[in-house]
Amino acid sequence: MLEILKQSTNPEICKPLVEAVIDKAKEFHRKFGRKPAFMEVCGSHTMALARTGVKQCLIDDVKLISGPGCPVCVTDQKSIDAMIALAEGDNRIICTFGDMMRVPGSVKTLLDSKIAGKDIRVLYAPIEAVSIAEKNPDKEVVFLGIGFETTIPILTLMVSEAEKRGIHNFSIWMTTKLVEPALRYLLKEGEVKLDGFLLPGHVSIVLGENSYNYLVEEYNTSGVITGFETAELLTGIYKLIDLSLECQISIENNYPSVVSKTGNQVIQKWLKKYLTECDEAWRGIGVIPNSGLDLKPEYDLYNAKKRFTVHVGEPKKTKCRCGEVIRGLISPNECSLFGKACHPMNPIGPCMVSAEGSCAAYYQYMRESY
Amino acid sequence: MERYISLAHGDGGELSHRLIRDVFIEAFGDTDTALFDAALLKVTGDNIAITTDSFVVKPIFFPGGSIGKLAVAGTVNDLAVSGARPVYLTCGFVIEEGFSISELKKIVRDMANEAQKTGIKIVAGDTKVVERGSADGVYINTTGIGFYEENAGCSLDFEEGDAIILSGTIGDHGIAVLAARGELGISVPINSDCASLNRMIGEILNQTKGVRIMRDPTRGGLATTLVEIAEDFHLTMKIIEANLPIKEEIHGVCDLLGFDPLYLANEGKVIIIVENHEKEKVIDILRGFPEGKDAVVIGSIIGQQKGQLLLETPLGSKRLLTRLSGTMFPRIC
Repeated sequence: MLEILKQSTNPEICKPLVEAVIDKAKEFHRKFGRKPAFMEVCGSHTMALARTGVKQCLIDDVKLISGPGCPVCVTDQKSIDAMIALAEGDNRIICTFGDMMRVPGSVKTLLDSKIAGKDIRVLYAPIEAVSIAEKNPDKEVVFLGIGFETTIPILTLMVSEAEKRGIHNFSIWMTTKLVEPALRYLLKEGEVKLDGFLLPGHVSIVLGENSYNYLVEEYNTSGVITGFETAELLTGIYKLIDLSLECQISIENNYPSVVSKTGNQVIQKWLKKYLTECDEAWRGIGVIPNSGLDLKPEYDLYNAKKRFTVHVGEPKKTKCRCGEVIRGLISPNECSLFGKACHPMNPIGPCMVSAEGSCAAYYQYMRESY
Repeated sequence: MERYISLAHGDGGELSHRLIRDVFIEAFGDTDTALFDAALLKVTGDNIAITTDSFVVKPIFFPGGSIGKLAVAGTVNDLAVSGARPVYLTCGFVIEEGFSISELKKIVRDMANEAQKTGIKIVAGDTKVVERGSADGVYINTTGIGFYEENAGCSLDFEEGDAIILSGTIGDHGIAVLAARGELGISVPINSDCASLNRMIGEILNQTKGVRIMRDPTRGGLATTLVEIAEDFHLTMKIIEANLPIKEEIHGVCDLLGFDPLYLANEGKVIIIVENHEKEKVIDILRGFPEGKDAVVIGSIIGQQKGQLLLETPLGSKRLLTRLSGTMFPRIC
């Protein structure tokens, strides 16, 4: 496996691939009079494209647009404010992924609350939250459940573990998101003109190749399921240009080593057992019906939204354009705050904080100051 | 002897006396420097280097080291990379009430061993005990004194083409400590690189000319340390991603958890910027020591105005590297 990964980053393989993609893109340009435009749906793709230099190498020939695939970034401001307000309560331990700590709320961040003495813990292994609850029976332990289909199974695992151990002081604040409703929204609105999607590798492990058939059948749009190493990214983009050139519409699996036709059935059963679809509010978009998953009523014991009441006002308005960045309407440097008022040490919006955020990727890897 | 530290161990009375006698003097030895409230030292050279550092690493024991070893090696390395020969060390302990005395003995023994290895003498110390909950186990401060000769250390005469050399793999300490905290949810077979580098660095300074600067890339990692050098001396530096020595296990953990090895802490590595035609000689000397066996040229100085660090990816594209900005890591040193 390590050998395969090494090959995927080997310059002797990857450099000719860059040339092949550029040749293909030029062919597209000759045929259609413009650059091919694709959206990478996944935040990890956004980061990987910038970190490996693929995006920089293709910048003149292929338009790569970041999509709504960073879970922290797509969480709407009111939700963020609610989670920060939740942490203000007494006798609570809030557990979270590290990304959330510095996301700006309307008033403060979780990090501010931690510095002020609130018990807020960053976990690398989320399941640890259940053990923390076990060790602190007199405290309420709440995990901030943010994420797409890749993260959601872990949340159900936590509930199962808490059930098994008979722990009743553990709950999850669910604000999960699903990929399909977001893609349908983008395609329906038609604000961004796309020649196809670079589809998320990890989400596809759960969902399977067939889950994207609606793109072809209902929206006449192609997608290529793609991994995260340099060679995988490049071949994914190559296949997308090739499909567009041939005027073919289909879903291709460029990550067959881990993505099957029907996905991970065991995980899908788990999701069905514990969760039910719910409406979710997306940053810059608003509420999309059935675009998230919440715990079923029989698991209310583990549902923090049922256990705690949190009051938050209307979010503070800023000039942050994260909403447009998420929808692919502007690139980060088109926001007047980018790199000036808003930078990683002073993020105004979540896209500048999250490890998968477009603005953070652009700031870290794409600034042209050399 | 008691098994745990109590507040009385810090009150200057009988228990304090016993703690010093049975733990510290037992490990560090008794010298005539301890006869006064201050260590009175004979200084032979005119030029003194002095540095101080506090150590709060959690956990206090981790694969490849402990807070004790780190407290000596960290300060010794700060002296060594400044071109000084480490000579004297002082140490101050802040200990939480209830701390195990057998663990304290282990820590102090690690300090004594590391001091002996490096040749530095521990000449003064202090112990304070704070109430349970006011500190997390034990914190150590060490101050190091070294001697240096004029014109024998780092010249700071940077030139375009100077080579940037790294003495070994990056990220080992950061990942070893994170894994030892048991919070990653995975076991990682990685030892911290915690080591004193003064003998290796001494050889470099003795045998080569043209060393411009040396730094140890500790907190903030390789990238942050190089950015600091680039900005301080208005240099444009380029490092080659494909040349960076990174263990496969470190790569794996970083991929899985979203860390960047460029920003992970190291405690036994040195960056040496040296005149280009001396680079092979420096590499040869480094590779003669176990701590330098993976030494490699990772980049060069390509300009002298901008104060920036570039990374060349395997695809040949370049990107700007900046300081670590607010990523949260647990206490690592």
